[in-house]
Amino acid sequence: MESNTTLNTLEKKEFFLYNVASGIKAGVPIAVGYIPIAIAFGLLAKSLGIPNIISVLMSIIVFAGASQFVGVKLIALGAAPLEIIMTTFILNFRHFLMSSSLSQRIESGTSKKLLNILTFGITDETFSVASLQEEAKLNPYFLLGLNFSAYLSWVLGTCIGVFLAGGLPDAIKSSMGIALYAMFIGLLVPAFKGSKNIFLVSMAAVFINSLLYWSPLFKFLSTGWSIIISTMLAAGMGSYFFPQGGKKDE
Amino acid sequence: MNKLILIVVMMGIVTYLPRMLPMALLTNLKLSPYLKSFFIYVPYAVLGALIFPGILSSTSDTFSALVGGTVAVILALLRQNVMVVILGSIIAVYLFSVIY
Repeated sequence: MESNTTLNTLEKKEFFLYNVASGIKAGVPIAVGYIPIAIAFGLLAKSLGIPNIISVLMSIIVFAGASQFVGVKLIALGAAPLEIIMTTFILNFRHFLMSSSLSQRIESGTSKKLLNILTFGITDETFSVASLQEEAKLNPYFLLGLNFSAYLSWVLGTCIGVFLAGGLPDAIKSSMGIALYAMFIGLLVPAFKGSKNIFLVSMAAVFINSLLYWSPLFKFLSTGWSIIISTMLAAGMGSYFFPQGGKKDE
Repeated sequence: MNKLILIVVMMGIVTYLPRMLPMALLTNLKLSPYLKSFFIYVPYAVLGALIFPGILSSTSDTFSALVGGTVAVILALLRQNVMVVILGSIIAVYLFSVIY
């Protein structure tokens, strides 16, 4: 009885470590994309005269790329705090959709406390990698490992940018701007082969987002809102016309 | 300085709430089939919207970004690992910007 329990806890521990490790590994492509961007963020903040500790604190507390770039620019311009906070909220509101979507994939029985920690790590990139896993249900410790890779590289990159400055030559820095987009493509395109519906939904989102971006009529929309609107319309049309869903029918 | 810290903390709070609330409220909730399939499509829709047209301004000029994007699509169609797609795309943009 006793040895049985020990074995059980041992297996549990191994399973836990296995999941964390595979999460960390799945996060490596994100880290590759995050580090140069975080360095660029640190450099920008520094050039704008933002105190180093504030830039690093922002990466630790906010952990959301685009909004941080905008945030330090607004701070440097002396914008009203309320404006900075509202802009951040609007830019990051799309995570609401991602969190809702993930809530349907996470293993049931995951504690509320763990969920509250995991959701802090939802970014465009961690969400994309997590969502495009083959498994129908996502292990929470896998997500923990994935978020860890992303978070650590983001904070470390910011520190490098702020404290070491200088850094990479321009040609390399600018080439690395493509990294996260390449990752999105690397995740998305293989899913097209499995399902025509998925392809159509993605293309609808591309089309709507382009329309919002280039049409003078929608100039007032921020990138954050355009992404939310495109996603909701495209996913809404998908579930209306092809209610079976993409591949995971459960 | 204190004011800046307060701004950063508030930025953190308004970023965290939309991340945290849906998971806290929707997990273990029975959703209608329509909503379920909606949420299955969200990742594919959001990826499409994140990629385009944002990718066009990801490098120093639109052309090199298109080259990088095309290389990424080809490598992804060839079912290469995501890391290979990323590195291939970075190298393509780098070579393109060095040559032109």
